[in-house]
Order: sequence, then structure tokens, then C-alpha cells
Amino acid sequence: MIEARDIHFAYRGRRVLTGATLSLAPGELVCLLGANGAGKSTLLKILLGLLKPAAGKVSLGGTPIAGMDRRKLAQCLAYVPQVHAAPFPYTVREVALMGRLPVTGMFRAAHAADHQAVQRALDHLAIGHLADRPYTEVSGGERQLALIARALAQDARLLVMDEPLAGLDYGHQVRLLARLESLAEEGYGVLMTTHDPDQPLHGCQRVAMLIDGCIASVGTPADVLTPEAIYQLYGIRVDLLRAADGNGLAFRPTGRSTACLP
Amino acid sequence: MVSTARPTTTATVPKSLNWPRWFVAPLLALLATVLALSFGRYPLPAWETLRFLAASTGLTSMEPDRYALLHNLIVEIRLPRILAAILVGASLSVSGASYQALFRNPLVSPGLLGVLAGASAGAALGIILGGNWLLVQASAFLGGLAAVGIGVGIAHLFGGGSLVMLILGGILSGALFTSLLSVVKYLADPYNQLPAIVYWLMGSLGQVNLNDMAWAAVPMVAGIVLLCLLGRALDALAMGDDEAQALGVPVRTVRLVTIATATLVSALTVSIAGMIGWIGLIVPHIARLLVGPGNARLLPAAASLGAVFLLCADSLARNLFATELPIGIVTELLGIPVFLIVLSRVRRAWAQ
Repeated sequence: MIEARDIHFAYRGRRVLTGATLSLAPGELVCLLGANGAGKSTLLKILLGLLKPAAGKVSLGGTPIAGMDRRKLAQCLAYVPQVHAAPFPYTVREVALMGRLPVTGMFRAAHAADHQAVQRALDHLAIGHLADRPYTEVSGGERQLALIARALAQDARLLVMDEPLAGLDYGHQVRLLARLESLAEEGYGVLMTTHDPDQPLHGCQRVAMLIDGCIASVGTPADVLTPEAIYQLYGIRVDLLRAADGNGLAFRPTGRSTACLP
Repeated sequence: MVSTARPTTTATVPKSLNWPRWFVAPLLALLATVLALSFGRYPLPAWETLRFLAASTGLTSMEPDRYALLHNLIVEIRLPRILAAILVGASLSVSGASYQALFRNPLVSPGLLGVLAGASAGAALGIILGGNWLLVQASAFLGGLAAVGIGVGIAHLFGGGSLVMLILGGILSGALFTSLLSVVKYLADPYNQLPAIVYWLMGSLGQVNLNDMAWAAVPMVAGIVLLCLLGRALDALAMGDDEAQALGVPVRTVRLVTIATATLVSALTVSIAGMIGWIGLIVPHIARLLVGPGNARLLPAAASLGAVFLLCADSLARNLFATELPIGIVTELLGIPVFLIVLSRVRRAWAQ
């Protein structure tokens, strides 16, 4: 389990985080919800040890990650960045093979065992058929899966994802979210950031809301995702549409009733 | 995501291992070496060169007169410049490919951080200060290092060492040393020194001897090997600093070592052979078409192909006309059409 406790961080004099606390355990899907520029990515980078907090501690299983060996850390904790364009046409397999770097070290060539681990990761995400296609030529959703395959190839149990659903079309969003849920069921800990309050309504074990540099509330989607909280987060009045069983389905801005439409 | 349109069968063996493409580049380099040793004013059939090589390693015997003649021709006259062509071509290509991965930009070349401009200005200064061969080489080398030092210094003073600032710093320092070169040219004696500077800048492999090569070869080969060993780390770095660091790669160290090594190696090429352009930009692209973008294979392939390219260019420079052409001119003339061919092949990947 990884935990960031009471994190403070300022970027060029501007305070971004003022005492944020967040944790991720194996087997749970945690959503970090916040407005644009709220510091979600910063908090992720601090959790991953890529940025040093001004105050506060990040620990992995009770040990502070500050002095930890980066390769060892990478075998427990993987970073899945937002989908990007690679400058060179690496194949999907080559991208996933980079996930073996923490295991092999950067000077040793990949062995058969490493290729097998990569193949398992690709098959697990059902993108084995894309293995030899250039990463630059597959769709955004497939690129995101390639980056997740890289994280799985790392043997890490905790996956930290920055906006994994951003920029994907609706179909890819729904399917990827289902994929993340099933990874959590298999025992992976998945932390994802998002700015869409509808996404964490389903399948998420916990939601954390980042407001003004602090985690304002954390808990089950039913507890945290209320119309008041959304107003606090975005300054928008919303209604929560509920299913017959009382579970939240989606948010809808107040006063925009479909009944008004002709 | 399960796609219904595509077959979901998975290959158990990576496609790239089906036939060993990495084998092609070293083979071409061997072939080019034997041919380059045979071409010249006194042309030899390639088998004669091979027979001499076999005799010199004691595998076969050869009549002493013939052996002495071939020894003079092949070892004393041709070998130094052929070794120089191999080393310079390999160095420029490997440092070009490393820079391209490091700066995540396929249009970057070894000249990016101002190393070639600095080395040229240094060499020109050495020529007007006395023209002693050793002095020219030393000042070319120091000029190259100074230019990179200034470029990297600007990047760290003003931009915290970010990639964009490194490129900008390199452009500024390159411009500075280009103007210093103009000052030196203006000050030079127009009858002896100025032509010497101009010829130096056009590049030549004609003046190397085995002694010069011996001291330059050790750091160059070591640098090439080190860069090749960093291949997997450079792959991760090409995806982004944060990602590389999250994969356990010591980003700052790898970047510093790569810049220092690639700079050292390309400054040494200027010391040996003057300014030779285009190779560091084009050869990595040809190598990428052959073995793919993975740097663990790309860098050795680029080294071999760089040697091939410069050996071909040098053979043309020596044999095309009665007098020898400066090799820098040949690489530029050869480089442009080759680059256009490569461009038409890779355009699809760049169009995104």
C-alpha cells in the first residue's frame, strides 16, 4: 500500500497542495476527482516520487520512498501517463518491453522470460494482435492499453494513472473503465485521476475530491459524490439522476430538464 | 479492447526476430571496408585484398615482393584513411542517433549543441595561431567542448535544463561560434591561412596517419560502445522524462553521460577530418528503416551504416576525379538525395 500524508507543494511560489493525504491499496479502484489545474497530476507525481514535496511524507508499505531504490520502487508502483504521441514508431511490443527495464536494469538485454512477461501483459489486455504494430499508428484507446501493458509488464501491483480516459471516445472510455475495474478485482490497486464526476459513479471503491490543495472528502461514491460536493468542486448546480435501486447514475446541470425539449 | 474486425491470434515470437536484420549492417560494413581497401589510383581486385589480409594473418602465404607492394599500398597508404572513415562515420551516426532519442526529435543531428561550429572556430583559430597539426586538432576539440559547455550552460541558467532550452542554448552557442569563425577568417592571411581554413572546413580524410588515429581511436570506440550500451535507457527517455524515471532509469545521469559522450565523440571527428555534415542526421533514419526504432539495435546498426556511408563517400571522393574532392562536399551531395528517399519512406510516420 502506498500512502501520501499531509503533502504540501508549491510551484514557483504558487501553492498547489496544502496538506493533501491519499492512499492506494491493492484490490481497489480509486478515483481522484478535481478541476483542471487543481493539482491532481502534481499529487500523482509526488506519490510516484517524481516530485519532492515541500512537506509531508510518501511511504510504500510503511517505508518512506524518498531514499528507496528507483528500480525496486518501479517493481511495486507503476506510472501510466496520459496518452501521448511517441517521437519514434516503437511497436506496441517494444513499448510494453520498456516495462521490463526495472526488472532487468538498463544495461541487460531482454531475455525470453521478459518477452514472455510482455506477451502475458498484452494478452491480458487483449491487445496481443497489436503487438507488432507501431504505437504511433494505433488508436488513442489502444495506445492507453499499450501503456497499461507496460505497467503490467513491470510486475507492479499498484498502478497510478493520469487521466487514462481523457481524449478517448465514449466506447473506448466505457470499455477501458470496465477493464480497470476488472484489474482491481484481480488484486491490482488502480488510482486514476479524472475531471468527469460521472466516471467514478460506477465501479469505483473510493473517490477522493481534491479542492484547494486538500483532499476535501474521500469515501464511497455514494457518500462523496453529492450535488453539494459537485457545486463546491465546479461551482455548478447539478441534480443526481438515480436508478430505481437508488444508486447514482449521472449528474445533470439543474434547470436543464429534458422535458423542455420539443 | 477486443476488436471483432481483427484476428486475435497472438504471435509467440516477435516478428522482428523472424529474419535477423541486425546482421545486415555489420555485413555491409565489412564488405565496404574490403572494397574501399581495393579501390584507388592503383585498383586491386577485391580477392587480392582478401588474399593479402589472409596472408598478413598467416593463413596463407604470398610471394614476398607482392606482399611488400600490397603492404605498402593497403596498410601504409589506404588503411589509415579507411580506419578514419569507419571511425568518423560510426561516431557521427551513433551520436546523431543518440541525440535524436535524447531530444525526442528525429531531425536533430550531432551539430545541434553547437559542437561542430565550436570545433570549426577552434580549428580556424589554431590555423592562424601557427598551423601546427597538433595545435589545430587540440583547439578544434576544445572549441567543440566550449561550444557545448556554453549551450548547456545557457539551458541551465535560463531554463532549468529543459529540452527546449537545451536546443535553444545549442542554437545560440552555434551562432556565437559561427560568428567567431567569421572573425577568425576575416583576420586570417588571405594567401595561406584562409585557404587552409576553408579546406579544413570542407572536411578531408587525406591527412590522417596511424599515430593520430591511435590516440583518437580509443576514446571514440569507448564512446561508441558506451552509447550503444545506453540504448534501452534511451528508449525510455524518448518516451518522456517522467516515464523513464518511473521505470527506474536515472534520467539526469543518463542524459548527462549521453550528451558528454556524443559531444566528445563528434568533436573528435572534427579533429580528425574537419566538418563532415549530414551523416549524423541521415544514417540514423536509414538504420531505423532497417532495424526499427529500438535503440539497443538501432545504435550498433547506425554505427555500421555510418561507416559504410562514409567509406562510400570517401571512395567517391578519391576516385571520381583526378584530384581528390573534399569529403564534406561529397557527403552533402550524396546526403540530399538519400535523405529525400528516406523521407518518402518515413513520411507516413511523421505526418502525425
